[in-house]
Amino acid sequence: MLAALLIVFREVIEAGLIVGIVMAATKGVAGRGRMVSLGIAAGVSGACLLAAGAGRLGALFAGSGQEVFQAAVLGIATLMLAWHTIWMASHGRAIAQEMRALGGAVSDGRRPLTALGIVVAIAVLREGSEVVLFLYGIALSGGASGWGMVAGGALGIAAGALVAAMLYGGLIAIPVGRMLSLTGGLITLMAAGMAAQAVAFLQQAGLADALSAPMWNSAFLLSDESIAGRLAHSLVGYTAEPDGLQVLVYAATLAVIWGLARAVRPGARPVPRPSPAAAE
Amino acid sequence: MRALFSLPLAALLLTASTTLSLAADDGESRDLVIKNHVFSPAEITVPAGKRVAIHIKNMDTTAEEFDSSALKVEKVIAGGGEGTVHLRPLAPGRYKFEGEYHEKTAQGVVIAQ
Repeated sequence: MLAALLIVFREVIEAGLIVGIVMAATKGVAGRGRMVSLGIAAGVSGACLLAAGAGRLGALFAGSGQEVFQAAVLGIATLMLAWHTIWMASHGRAIAQEMRALGGAVSDGRRPLTALGIVVAIAVLREGSEVVLFLYGIALSGGASGWGMVAGGALGIAAGALVAAMLYGGLIAIPVGRMLSLTGGLITLMAAGMAAQAVAFLQQAGLADALSAPMWNSAFLLSDESIAGRLAHSLVGYTAEPDGLQVLVYAATLAVIWGLARAVRPGARPVPRPSPAAAE
Repeated sequence: MRALFSLPLAALLLTASTTLSLAADDGESRDLVIKNHVFSPAEITVPAGKRVAIHIKNMDTTAEEFDSSALKVEKVIAGGGEGTVHLRPLAPGRYKFEGEYHEKTAQGVVIAQ
């Protein structure tokens, strides 16, 4: 039972962190509750379908269908997070001011909530399909121990949801202006982490064959197997031993998002100074 | 403004071109079977510094997740299903892997030499 609890908890918390950050980033936005619920519902249904079709999906692309699928959905999630971040850069200041003025209530229908809803759905889909496959396997094997494991799984879901709720509570306790820049930063790092994870899946599929030598090994600081390492992995894409291609894609994603966000930020463009000749 | 865009764009193009490089040319392959939540063989010897594909066949009715942070691989194999993972060139050493859904019994190691 404890083993089942831990396995389910690990998967749920990975999706839960993403949902928690999305919830905090959209605090006070009208329609975000519906967006997050729709995202979770779509993710859960998708997870069941994905689990049911796991055999057929796995057989595609010469036995690497699952990796190609994972890389594709991670790529979509990266684009959605990038879109949201860049949109926030051009509207974020006005939103923060409005939220302060209205005591946290703001209704902004133009905000790309759909983008974040899709990110939530993808996060739930990816981790959820593993939970479904695991619990389905237990149910198949049956017996009294089977029911104990199902109970463990249910507890794991509850515990994962609780941690996500605590993260959300912690984030929204921060003053709104700082909270928006913090969640914005987290979302950018999350996007870069997802892009690097997509690369890892393409490598596993044998489809990305460049710069595969490890750049460093920081396992002595934070190992991939530890709970903290797993959390850092789902939050910011941490991996103890990244290779060159992963680091390159991570950095490129950050550079593109930051570059575009800077370019669209109102009032942040450098004003050309009048040349001395013109001033005279 | 243009300068702001050109650097990320260059990075993106570079990324795209390396990501889309040709499919890996696996030198060798190994077969791995999961049965009764146990891997066989539990020890897989591969040449160091070469790309190796591992074909995994799951003879159980339940799914298993082939998982190894040392090998940087995670892959669900459906009940009765099969799949292939491509290992990157490995430095000589021992790389543990496990079946995440049945950690107690499903354990194995890749030995690169």
